[in-house]
Amino acid sequence: MKTLAIFIVLLFGGLLIYCTLDFPPWGDPLAPASMHVSPRYIEQTMEETSVPNIVTAVLADYRGYDTMFEAVVIFTAAVACFFLLRVFGRIESESRMYRHIPSGITLRISKDAEPLRESREFERIDLTWVPYGVVVKTSCRIIVPFCQLFALYVIAHGHHSPGGGFQGGVILGASVILFAISNNMRLSFTRISEKLAVLLCGLGVLIYAGTGALSIFLGSNYLDYGALSRLFGVDPVTARSLGILMVEIGVGITVMAVIITLYYNLASAGRHDEGL
Amino acid sequence: MIWQIEFVVLLIVIICGIGAITVKDLLGAAILFGAYSFMMCLLWAIMGAVDVAFTEASVGAGVSTVLFVAAVFRTSRRTKD
Repeated sequence: MKTLAIFIVLLFGGLLIYCTLDFPPWGDPLAPASMHVSPRYIEQTMEETSVPNIVTAVLADYRGYDTMFEAVVIFTAAVACFFLLRVFGRIESESRMYRHIPSGITLRISKDAEPLRESREFERIDLTWVPYGVVVKTSCRIIVPFCQLFALYVIAHGHHSPGGGFQGGVILGASVILFAISNNMRLSFTRISEKLAVLLCGLGVLIYAGTGALSIFLGSNYLDYGALSRLFGVDPVTARSLGILMVEIGVGITVMAVIITLYYNLASAGRHDEGL
Repeated sequence: MIWQIEFVVLLIVIICGIGAITVKDLLGAAILFGAYSFMMCLLWAIMGAVDVAFTEASVGAGVSTVLFVAAVFRTSRRTKD
């Protein structure tokens, strides 16, 4: 069975490589894609959308439906992960561990006893708790705000430089993951709760689809941002650029929330009590 | 572009790809997959697709490695087969 699988993989891999030989060479000016498709975008994008980064314009305007359903796909991934992994009936672990911060003594309190209230002196710790490294904690505390600022820059500056909603959203989500890893998961739940993360997943898609619906209400086609010119009081070309920014923000929110939801569910095995 | 660099990057991509599916330690496989993504990101950048390279670096090398490590942390570190 295994040799058969390897044979099939090699056969189809070889076929794929053989077929790529028919492709035009990389960067060939006479290739069909460089003859008709690319010049149209390279010449017209700036006039039609006033967005210097053609990739962003194609992604969010010319291929707006494609990007919208990409956002829906990752939203679905988060929902699927949520339903697969989330444990709803709370399974209390045998005992809870508390640490007395000034002396470093660990207390073990069984689940029948009254739970200890967290305070300045006692903190609840995971069963796999290891002492926090001062270097790790401090450097992560310094990195996280810059990480988030860079993510916002990537989303907002996607018109002019590489980047956009997907990349910026991923970096925003990664900064929250970094926070959760360097401190602990319960602390990150107090910052961004599970409920908020799941709500933001839907909100991003809603912003994207809502921008499309808004253009219908203003008397144009779905996702035709030129109609937003009356709303913003600018000419249609600038309105396209602003519409692209709106949908990029929607994509960014969705991607950030999806990544946080995936991490919360994976790292705590759906129980949302303790994590990596 | 200097073809020697491109060749070395492609070679590392293939080695990491084969390594990630053959290695028994799943944590090692996750790290190899991250290295694979990073080398793919370099290849995209070499070919001039900067946006794709950016996505590959943030999603492939960054977040998916973290998610793999989290999944390994909650399951087992060794494969059965």
